[in-house]
Amino acid sequence: MNHVPAAHSAYGEVSPPWPGRLFIVEGIDGSGKSTQLTLLSQWLQGEGYPVVFSEWNSSPIVRNTTRRGKKRQILTPLTFSLIHATDFHDRVEREIVPFLKAGAIVLADRYVFTAFARDFARGVDADWVRGLYRLAVVPTMAFYFRTPLEVALKRILSGRPKLKWYEAGMDLGLHAEPQASYRIFQARILDEYERLVKEYPLTVMDATRAIETQQKLLRKHIAPHLVGLRRTDAMHAKVTS
Amino acid sequence: MRRFETYGKNIPGVDPGELTGWLIVIEGTDGVGRTTHVNHLRGVLEREGYAVAETGLTRSDLAAAGIRRAKEGNTLGSNAYNLFYATDFADRLERQILPALRAGFVMLTDRYTYSLLARAIVRGADPDWIKDVYSFSLKPDAVYYLRIDVPELVPRVLAQGGFDYWESGMDLPMGTDLFDSFVNYQTRVIDELDRLALEYGFETLDATRPIDETADDLSARVLRLLARHSHESEDAIPQP
Repeated sequence: MNHVPAAHSAYGEVSPPWPGRLFIVEGIDGSGKSTQLTLLSQWLQGEGYPVVFSEWNSSPIVRNTTRRGKKRQILTPLTFSLIHATDFHDRVEREIVPFLKAGAIVLADRYVFTAFARDFARGVDADWVRGLYRLAVVPTMAFYFRTPLEVALKRILSGRPKLKWYEAGMDLGLHAEPQASYRIFQARILDEYERLVKEYPLTVMDATRAIETQQKLLRKHIAPHLVGLRRTDAMHAKVTS
Repeated sequence: MRRFETYGKNIPGVDPGELTGWLIVIEGTDGVGRTTHVNHLRGVLEREGYAVAETGLTRSDLAAAGIRRAKEGNTLGSNAYNLFYATDFADRLERQILPALRAGFVMLTDRYTYSLLARAIVRGADPDWIKDVYSFSLKPDAVYYLRIDVPELVPRVLAQGGFDYWESGMDLPMGTDLFDSFVNYQTRVIDELDRLALEYGFETLDATRPIDETADDLSARVLRLLARHSHESEDAIPQP
Protein backbone atom coordinates (compact mmCIF):
# COMPACT_ATOMS: atom_id res chain seq x y z
CA MET A 1 0.00 0.00 0.00
CA ASN A 2 1.28 3.44 -0.83
CA HIS A 3 1.12 5.92 2.02
CA VAL A 4 2.68 8.83 0.13
CA PRO A 5 -0.19 11.18 -0.69
CA ALA A 6 -0.63 12.12 -4.30
CA ALA A 7 0.08 15.70 -5.27
CA HIS A 8 -2.80 18.02 -4.42
CA SER A 9 -4.59 15.48 -2.27
CA ALA A 10 -6.48 17.37 0.41
CA TYR A 11 -6.26 16.54 4.10
CA GLY A 12 -8.22 13.37 4.78
CA GLU A 13 -7.97 11.77 1.38
CA VAL A 14 -5.27 9.27 2.19
CA SER A 15 -5.74 6.70 4.95
CA PRO A 16 -2.65 5.41 6.72
CA PRO A 17 -1.75 1.77 6.02
CA TRP A 18 -0.36 1.03 9.48
CA PRO A 19 -1.78 -1.49 11.95
CA GLY A 20 -2.25 0.93 14.89
CA ARG A 21 -5.26 3.12 15.60
CA LEU A 22 -5.44 6.87 16.02
CA PHE A 23 -8.27 8.44 18.00
CA ILE A 24 -8.41 12.18 18.43
CA VAL A 25 -10.59 14.57 20.42
CA GLU A 26 -11.48 18.15 19.54
CA GLY A 27 -13.51 20.93 21.11
CA ILE A 28 -13.18 24.38 22.62
CA ASP A 29 -11.50 24.92 25.99
CA GLY A 30 -13.77 23.64 28.75
CA SER A 31 -15.53 21.07 26.59
CA GLY A 32 -14.27 18.24 28.80
CA LYS A 33 -12.48 16.45 25.95
CA SER A 34 -9.23 15.90 27.89
CA THR A 35 -11.12 14.30 30.76
CA GLN A 36 -12.82 11.94 28.32
CA LEU A 37 -9.54 11.04 26.64
CA THR A 38 -7.88 10.27 29.98
CA LEU A 39 -10.76 7.99 30.99
CA LEU A 40 -10.59 6.28 27.62
CA SER A 41 -6.86 5.72 28.00
CA GLN A 42 -7.31 4.11 31.43
CA TRP A 43 -9.90 1.73 30.04
CA LEU A 44 -7.78 0.78 27.02
CA GLN A 45 -4.71 0.17 29.15
CA GLY A 46 -6.77 -1.93 31.52
CA GLU A 47 -7.85 -4.01 28.52
CA GLY A 48 -4.19 -4.61 27.70
CA TYR A 49 -3.80 -2.38 24.65
CA PRO A 50 -0.59 -0.41 24.16
CA VAL A 51 -1.61 3.26 24.45
CA VAL A 52 0.38 6.38 23.62
CA PHE A 53 -0.65 10.01 24.21
CA SER A 54 0.19 12.89 21.92
CA GLU A 55 -0.63 16.35 23.11
CA TRP A 56 -0.99 19.55 21.14
CA ASN A 57 2.01 21.85 21.31
CA SER A 58 4.39 19.43 22.99
CA SER A 59 7.30 18.78 20.61
CA PRO A 60 10.38 19.22 22.80
CA ILE A 61 12.40 20.96 20.08
CA VAL A 62 9.72 23.31 18.78
CA ARG A 63 8.15 24.14 22.14
CA ASN A 64 10.99 26.49 23.15
CA THR A 65 10.43 28.59 20.06
CA THR A 66 6.66 28.70 20.62
CA ARG A 67 7.24 29.71 24.22
CA ARG A 68 9.68 32.42 23.17
CA GLY A 69 7.19 33.80 20.66
CA LYS A 70 4.34 33.79 23.15
CA LYS A 71 6.32 35.24 26.02
CA ARG A 72 7.65 38.12 23.94
CA GLN A 73 4.34 38.47 22.08
CA ILE A 74 6.04 38.47 18.70
CA LEU A 75 3.82 35.81 17.11
CA THR A 76 1.53 37.01 14.33
CA PRO A 77 -1.42 34.98 12.99
CA LEU A 78 0.91 33.70 10.26
CA THR A 79 3.82 32.64 12.49
CA PHE A 80 1.42 31.35 15.16
CA SER A 81 -0.05 29.07 12.51
CA LEU A 82 3.33 27.94 11.13
CA ILE A 83 4.99 27.20 14.47
CA HIS A 84 2.03 25.07 15.54
CA ALA A 85 2.15 23.23 12.21
CA THR A 86 5.87 22.63 12.81
CA ASP A 87 5.17 21.23 16.25
CA PHE A 88 2.38 19.05 14.89
CA HIS A 89 4.47 17.57 12.08
CA ASP A 90 7.35 16.85 14.42
CA ARG A 91 4.97 14.92 16.67
CA VAL A 92 3.45 13.08 13.70
CA GLU A 93 6.86 12.06 12.41
CA ARG A 94 8.45 11.18 15.76
CA GLU A 95 5.56 10.10 17.98
CA ILE A 96 2.47 9.19 16.02
CA VAL A 97 3.65 7.35 12.89
CA PRO A 98 6.22 5.04 14.57
CA PHE A 99 3.64 3.95 17.16
CA LEU A 100 0.97 3.39 14.52
CA LYS A 101 3.47 1.25 12.64
CA ALA A 102 4.11 -0.67 15.84
CA GLY A 103 0.40 -1.39 16.27
CA ALA A 104 -0.29 0.93 19.24
CA ILE A 105 -3.35 3.02 19.97
CA VAL A 106 -2.41 6.68 19.73
CA LEU A 107 -4.66 9.16 21.51
CA ALA A 108 -4.31 12.80 20.50
CA ASP A 109 -5.71 15.67 22.55
CA ARG A 110 -6.45 18.18 19.73
CA TYR A 111 -5.51 17.55 16.13
CA VAL A 112 -5.60 19.37 12.77
CA PHE A 113 -9.10 20.76 13.45
CA THR A 114 -7.76 22.85 16.33
CA ALA A 115 -5.46 24.55 13.85
CA PHE A 116 -8.19 24.89 11.22
CA ALA A 117 -10.56 26.54 13.71
CA ARG A 118 -8.07 28.72 15.61
CA ASP A 119 -6.04 29.94 12.68
CA PHE A 120 -9.18 30.82 10.74
CA ALA A 121 -10.46 32.70 13.82
CA ARG A 122 -7.17 34.64 13.63
CA GLY A 123 -7.81 35.65 10.03
CA VAL A 124 -5.53 33.15 8.29
CA ASP A 125 -6.66 31.82 4.90
CA ALA A 126 -8.70 28.63 5.45
CA ASP A 127 -7.41 26.79 2.36
CA TRP A 128 -3.83 27.62 3.14
CA VAL A 129 -4.09 26.13 6.65
CA ARG A 130 -5.71 22.98 5.27
CA GLY A 131 -2.82 22.77 2.82
CA LEU A 132 -0.25 22.96 5.64
CA TYR A 133 -1.79 19.84 7.17
CA ARG A 134 -2.36 18.02 3.90
CA LEU A 135 0.10 15.27 4.86
CA ALA A 136 -1.33 14.66 8.34
CA VAL A 137 -2.24 11.08 9.24
CA VAL A 138 -6.00 10.58 9.04
CA PRO A 139 -7.43 9.44 12.40
CA THR A 140 -9.33 6.18 12.80
CA MET A 141 -12.03 8.26 14.50
CA ALA A 142 -12.24 11.95 15.37
CA PHE A 143 -14.57 13.16 18.12
CA TYR A 144 -15.87 16.68 18.53
CA PHE A 145 -17.13 17.54 22.01
CA ARG A 146 -19.88 20.02 21.32
CA THR A 147 -20.41 22.45 24.18
CA PRO A 148 -22.55 25.58 24.36
CA LEU A 149 -20.28 28.62 24.65
CA GLU A 150 -21.64 29.69 28.06
CA VAL A 151 -21.10 26.24 29.59
CA ALA A 152 -17.47 26.10 28.44
CA LEU A 153 -16.80 29.69 29.46
CA LYS A 154 -18.20 29.08 32.93
CA ARG A 155 -15.94 26.02 33.39
CA ILE A 156 -12.83 27.92 32.32
CA LEU A 157 -13.47 31.36 33.75
CA SER A 158 -14.68 30.20 37.17
CA GLY A 159 -11.60 28.08 37.82
CA ARG A 160 -8.77 30.01 36.26
CA PRO A 161 -9.27 33.73 35.89
CA LYS A 162 -5.72 34.53 34.67
CA LEU A 163 -5.85 34.04 30.89
CA LYS A 164 -2.74 33.97 28.75
CA TRP A 165 -2.28 36.54 25.97
CA TYR A 166 -2.72 34.30 22.92
CA GLU A 167 -5.20 32.02 24.66
CA ALA A 168 -7.48 35.03 25.13
CA GLY A 169 -6.92 36.15 21.53
CA MET A 170 -5.45 39.44 22.79
CA ASP A 171 -3.19 39.57 19.73
CA LEU A 172 -6.28 40.25 17.62
CA GLY A 173 -7.30 43.42 19.44
CA LEU A 174 -10.87 42.18 19.91
CA HIS A 175 -11.25 43.74 23.33
CA ALA A 176 -8.94 45.45 25.81
CA GLU A 177 -10.09 43.22 28.64
CA PRO A 178 -8.77 39.60 28.50
CA GLN A 179 -11.96 37.88 29.64
CA ALA A 180 -14.11 39.82 27.18
CA SER A 181 -11.57 39.12 24.41
CA TYR A 182 -11.54 35.42 25.34
CA ARG A 183 -15.34 35.23 25.01
CA ILE A 184 -15.32 36.77 21.54
CA PHE A 185 -12.40 34.59 20.42
CA GLN A 186 -13.91 31.34 21.75
CA ALA A 187 -17.22 32.19 20.06
CA ARG A 188 -15.39 32.54 16.74
CA ILE A 189 -13.60 29.21 17.24
CA LEU A 190 -16.87 27.52 18.16
CA ASP A 191 -18.51 28.83 14.97
CA GLU A 192 -15.64 27.46 12.94
CA TYR A 193 -15.81 24.04 14.65
CA GLU A 194 -19.49 23.87 13.69
CA ARG A 195 -18.51 24.46 10.08
CA LEU A 196 -15.78 21.80 10.28
CA VAL A 197 -18.30 19.24 11.55
CA LYS A 198 -20.10 19.60 8.21
CA GLU A 199 -16.89 19.46 6.19
CA TYR A 200 -15.09 16.51 7.85
CA PRO A 201 -16.08 13.14 9.37
CA LEU A 202 -16.10 14.31 12.98
CA THR A 203 -18.28 12.33 15.38
CA VAL A 204 -20.21 14.81 17.48
CA MET A 205 -20.43 14.13 21.21
CA ASP A 206 -22.91 15.99 23.38
CA ALA A 207 -20.56 17.39 26.03
CA THR A 208 -23.42 18.57 28.23
CA ARG A 209 -24.26 14.97 29.18
CA ALA A 210 -22.93 13.40 32.37
CA ILE A 211 -19.23 12.53 32.15
CA GLU A 212 -19.83 8.80 32.66
CA THR A 213 -22.58 8.77 30.01
CA GLN A 214 -20.23 10.39 27.48
CA GLN A 215 -17.51 7.90 28.37
CA LYS A 216 -19.81 4.92 27.83
CA LEU A 217 -20.81 6.25 24.45
CA LEU A 218 -17.19 6.97 23.52
CA ARG A 219 -16.17 3.38 24.34
CA LYS A 220 -19.09 2.08 22.28
CA HIS A 221 -17.90 4.09 19.29
CA ILE A 222 -14.35 2.89 19.66
CA ALA A 223 -14.88 -0.79 20.46
CA PRO A 224 -15.55 -1.94 16.84
CA HIS A 225 -12.20 -0.41 15.79
CA LEU A 226 -10.25 -2.47 18.29
CA VAL A 227 -10.98 -5.78 16.59
CA GLY A 228 -7.75 -7.42 15.48
CA LEU A 229 -5.45 -5.21 17.59
CA ARG A 230 -2.82 -7.03 19.56
CA ARG A 231 -2.86 -6.78 23.30
CA THR A 232 -0.81 -8.03 26.19
CA ASP A 233 -1.85 -9.21 29.60
CA ALA A 234 -2.70 -6.01 31.45
CA MET A 235 -0.30 -7.03 34.20
CA HIS A 236 2.61 -6.82 31.75
CA ALA A 237 1.66 -3.49 30.31
CA LYS A 238 3.70 -0.49 31.33
CA VAL A 239 1.80 2.78 31.31
CA THR A 240 3.35 4.96 28.61
CA SER A 241 1.44 8.21 28.96
CA MET B 1 2.62 51.21 -11.72
CA ARG B 2 4.73 48.64 -9.93
CA ARG B 3 2.80 46.96 -7.14
CA PHE B 4 3.64 44.16 -4.77
CA GLU B 5 1.67 40.96 -4.66
CA THR B 6 2.07 37.54 -3.09
CA TYR B 7 2.26 34.07 -4.67
CA GLY B 8 -1.47 33.56 -4.08
CA LYS B 9 -2.35 33.68 -0.40
CA ASN B 10 -2.62 36.81 1.69
CA ILE B 11 -0.46 37.80 4.62
CA PRO B 12 -3.09 38.32 7.36
CA GLY B 13 -3.55 42.02 8.03
CA VAL B 14 -1.22 43.22 5.28
CA ASP B 15 -2.08 45.17 2.14
CA PRO B 16 0.82 44.68 -0.30
CA GLY B 17 -0.30 47.84 -2.07
CA GLU B 18 1.06 49.97 0.80
CA LEU B 19 4.61 48.72 0.18
CA THR B 20 6.92 51.09 -1.66
CA GLY B 21 10.45 49.74 -1.42
CA TRP B 22 12.27 47.18 -3.56
CA LEU B 23 12.67 43.52 -2.82
CA ILE B 24 15.84 42.18 -4.40
CA VAL B 25 16.78 38.55 -4.00
CA ILE B 26 20.21 37.00 -4.46
CA GLU B 27 19.94 33.25 -4.93
CA GLY B 28 22.57 30.58 -5.43
CA THR B 29 23.83 27.46 -3.79
CA ASP B 30 26.02 27.21 -0.68
CA GLY B 31 29.52 28.60 -1.13
CA VAL B 32 28.90 30.38 -4.43
CA GLY B 33 29.78 33.74 -2.86
CA ARG B 34 26.35 35.27 -2.23
CA THR B 35 27.35 37.02 1.01
CA THR B 36 30.32 38.71 -0.65
CA HIS B 37 28.08 39.92 -3.46
CA VAL B 38 25.36 41.15 -1.12
CA ASN B 39 27.93 43.17 0.84
CA HIS B 40 29.39 44.66 -2.32
CA LEU B 41 25.98 45.46 -3.75
CA ARG B 42 24.93 47.15 -0.54
CA GLY B 43 27.94 49.48 -0.76
CA VAL B 44 27.16 50.35 -4.38
CA LEU B 45 23.50 51.10 -3.68
CA GLU B 46 24.24 53.21 -0.62
CA ARG B 47 26.74 55.28 -2.60
CA GLU B 48 23.91 55.91 -5.08
CA GLY B 49 21.70 57.15 -2.24
CA TYR B 50 19.46 54.15 -1.71
CA ALA B 51 18.63 53.05 1.82
CA VAL B 52 19.43 49.35 2.08
CA ALA B 53 18.30 46.66 4.54
CA GLU B 54 19.39 43.01 4.55
CA THR B 55 18.12 39.65 5.63
CA GLY B 56 19.03 36.03 5.04
CA LEU B 57 17.97 32.51 5.96
CA THR B 58 17.61 31.57 9.64
CA ARG B 59 18.14 35.12 10.87
CA SER B 60 14.72 35.48 12.49
CA ASP B 61 14.27 36.68 16.03
CA LEU B 62 11.63 33.99 16.55
CA ALA B 63 12.99 30.73 15.15
CA ALA B 64 16.73 31.06 14.42
CA ALA B 65 17.85 29.73 17.81
CA GLY B 66 15.37 26.87 17.66
CA ILE B 67 16.49 25.78 14.20
CA ARG B 68 20.12 25.87 15.36
CA ARG B 69 19.30 23.69 18.35
CA ALA B 70 17.29 21.24 16.24
CA LYS B 71 20.19 20.94 13.78
CA GLU B 72 22.70 20.23 16.54
CA GLY B 73 20.79 17.11 17.50
CA ASN B 74 19.42 16.43 14.00
CA THR B 75 16.21 15.65 15.77
CA LEU B 76 13.35 16.98 13.68
CA GLY B 77 11.45 15.06 11.03
CA SER B 78 11.75 16.39 7.48
CA ASN B 79 8.32 18.01 7.20
CA ALA B 80 8.81 19.58 10.60
CA TYR B 81 12.15 21.02 9.40
CA ASN B 82 10.49 22.42 6.31
CA LEU B 83 7.82 24.11 8.41
CA PHE B 84 10.37 25.38 10.93
CA TYR B 85 12.20 27.10 8.06
CA ALA B 86 8.87 28.47 6.84
CA THR B 87 8.25 29.88 10.34
CA ASP B 88 11.67 31.54 10.28
CA PHE B 89 10.91 32.96 6.84
CA ALA B 90 7.45 34.23 7.85
CA ASP B 91 8.87 35.98 10.91
CA ARG B 92 11.50 37.71 8.78
CA LEU B 93 8.95 38.59 6.12
CA GLU B 94 6.63 40.23 8.61
CA ARG B 95 9.15 41.78 10.97
CA GLN B 96 12.12 42.62 8.73
CA ILE B 97 11.09 42.67 5.07
CA LEU B 98 7.65 44.33 5.27
CA PRO B 99 8.77 47.19 7.56
CA ALA B 100 11.73 47.91 5.25
CA LEU B 101 9.48 47.90 2.17
CA ARG B 102 6.93 50.15 3.89
CA ALA B 103 9.73 52.59 4.60
CA GLY B 104 10.88 52.61 0.97
CA PHE B 105 14.13 50.71 1.51
CA VAL B 106 15.86 48.39 -0.91
CA MET B 107 15.61 45.03 0.84
CA LEU B 108 18.49 42.77 -0.17
CA THR B 109 17.79 39.20 0.76
CA ASP B 110 20.54 36.63 0.79
CA ARG B 111 18.39 33.72 -0.46
CA TYR B 112 14.60 33.69 -0.35
CA THR B 113 11.96 31.00 -0.50
CA TYR B 114 13.56 29.41 -3.59
CA SER B 115 16.56 27.95 -1.74
CA LEU B 116 14.14 26.65 0.87
CA LEU B 117 12.02 25.04 -1.84
CA ALA B 118 15.12 23.48 -3.38
CA ARG B 119 16.45 22.05 -0.12
CA ALA B 120 12.98 20.68 0.76
CA ILE B 121 12.38 19.12 -2.66
CA VAL B 122 15.83 17.52 -2.73
CA ARG B 123 15.01 16.03 0.69
CA GLY B 124 11.86 14.45 -0.71
CA ALA B 125 9.12 17.00 0.05
CA ASP B 126 6.12 17.08 -2.28
CA PRO B 127 6.91 20.11 -4.51
CA ASP B 128 3.25 21.20 -4.69
CA TRP B 129 2.89 21.02 -0.94
CA ILE B 130 5.97 23.07 -0.11
CA LYS B 131 5.13 25.67 -2.79
CA ASP B 132 1.66 26.03 -1.26
CA VAL B 133 3.21 26.49 2.17
CA TYR B 134 5.16 29.50 0.84
CA SER B 135 2.25 30.93 -1.17
CA PHE B 136 2.01 33.85 1.30
CA SER B 137 5.46 35.10 0.24
CA LEU B 138 5.87 38.35 -1.70
CA LYS B 139 6.93 38.22 -5.32
CA PRO B 140 10.31 39.99 -5.43
CA ASP B 141 11.14 42.72 -7.95
CA ALA B 142 13.95 40.55 -9.20
CA VAL B 143 15.81 37.36 -8.37
CA TYR B 144 19.48 37.25 -9.37
CA TYR B 145 20.67 33.67 -9.52
CA LEU B 146 24.41 33.23 -9.09
CA ARG B 147 24.92 30.04 -11.03
CA ILE B 148 27.83 27.67 -10.70
CA ASP B 149 28.55 24.00 -11.39
CA VAL B 150 29.80 21.57 -8.79
CA PRO B 151 33.38 21.26 -10.24
CA GLU B 152 33.81 25.06 -9.93
CA LEU B 153 32.13 25.08 -6.54
CA VAL B 154 34.49 22.55 -4.92
CA PRO B 155 37.64 24.75 -4.80
CA ARG B 156 35.61 27.67 -3.39
CA VAL B 157 34.17 25.55 -0.63
CA LEU B 158 37.65 24.19 0.15
CA ALA B 159 38.97 27.75 0.38
CA GLN B 160 36.14 28.60 2.80
CA GLY B 161 37.08 25.81 5.20
CA GLY B 162 35.66 22.62 3.72
CA PHE B 163 32.41 20.72 3.50
CA ASP B 164 29.62 21.55 5.93
CA TYR B 165 27.49 18.65 7.20
CA TRP B 166 24.15 20.12 6.04
CA GLU B 167 25.49 21.69 2.85
CA SER B 168 26.69 18.20 1.93
CA GLY B 169 23.27 16.68 2.62
CA MET B 170 24.83 14.36 5.21
CA ASP B 171 21.50 14.19 7.04
CA LEU B 172 20.25 12.07 4.13
CA PRO B 173 23.16 11.12 3.31
CA MET B 174 23.76 11.08 -0.42
CA GLY B 175 27.10 9.31 -0.57
CA THR B 176 29.46 7.10 1.37
CA ASP B 177 31.59 10.02 2.57
CA LEU B 178 31.39 13.79 2.97
CA PHE B 179 32.83 14.59 -0.46
CA ASP B 180 30.63 12.14 -2.41
CA SER B 181 27.57 13.32 -0.55
CA PHE B 182 28.51 16.96 -1.17
CA VAL B 183 28.84 16.36 -4.90
CA ASN B 184 25.58 14.45 -5.19
CA TYR B 185 23.63 16.78 -2.95
CA GLN B 186 24.87 20.00 -4.55
CA THR B 187 24.25 18.58 -8.02
CA ARG B 188 20.63 17.96 -7.04
CA VAL B 189 20.25 21.39 -5.41
CA ILE B 190 21.66 23.16 -8.46
CA ASP B 191 19.37 21.13 -10.76
CA GLU B 192 16.43 22.17 -8.65
CA LEU B 193 17.47 25.84 -8.61
CA ASP B 194 17.81 25.68 -12.42
CA ARG B 195 14.25 24.37 -12.61
CA LEU B 196 12.99 27.08 -10.27
CA ALA B 197 14.89 29.69 -12.32
CA LEU B 198 12.74 28.83 -15.33
CA GLU B 199 9.53 28.54 -13.37
CA TYR B 200 9.92 31.85 -11.50
CA GLY B 201 11.90 33.83 -14.08
CA PHE B 202 15.21 34.40 -12.30
CA GLU B 203 17.93 36.46 -13.96
CA THR B 204 20.79 33.99 -14.15
CA LEU B 205 24.37 35.26 -13.76
CA ASP B 206 27.43 33.18 -14.54
CA ALA B 207 29.13 33.03 -11.14
CA THR B 208 32.18 31.13 -12.39
CA ARG B 209 33.68 34.40 -13.61
CA PRO B 210 36.18 36.38 -11.51
CA ILE B 211 34.40 37.86 -8.50
CA ASP B 212 34.81 41.52 -9.60
CA GLU B 213 33.29 40.77 -12.96
CA THR B 214 30.24 39.07 -11.44
CA ALA B 215 29.90 41.87 -8.87
CA ASP B 216 29.96 44.58 -11.56
CA ASP B 217 27.45 42.67 -13.65
CA LEU B 218 25.13 42.29 -10.65
CA SER B 219 25.36 45.96 -9.58
CA ALA B 220 24.72 47.17 -13.12
CA ARG B 221 21.59 45.02 -13.39
CA VAL B 222 20.23 46.16 -10.03
CA LEU B 223 20.90 49.84 -10.75
CA ARG B 224 19.10 49.52 -14.10
CA LEU B 225 16.13 47.93 -12.37
CA LEU B 226 15.93 50.63 -9.71
CA ALA B 227 16.24 53.41 -12.30
CA ARG B 228 13.48 51.88 -14.41
CA HIS B 229 11.07 51.82 -11.50
CA SER B 230 12.15 55.03 -9.83
CA HIS B 231 9.36 56.50 -7.71
CA GLU B 232 9.92 59.97 -9.09
CA SER B 233 11.19 61.12 -12.44
CA GLU B 234 14.28 63.29 -12.63
CA ASP B 235 12.24 66.45 -13.43
CA ALA B 236 10.14 65.92 -10.30
CA ILE B 237 13.22 66.41 -8.14
CA PRO B 238 12.96 69.92 -6.67
CA GLN B 239 15.62 72.44 -7.65
CA PRO B 240 17.84 73.53 -4.76
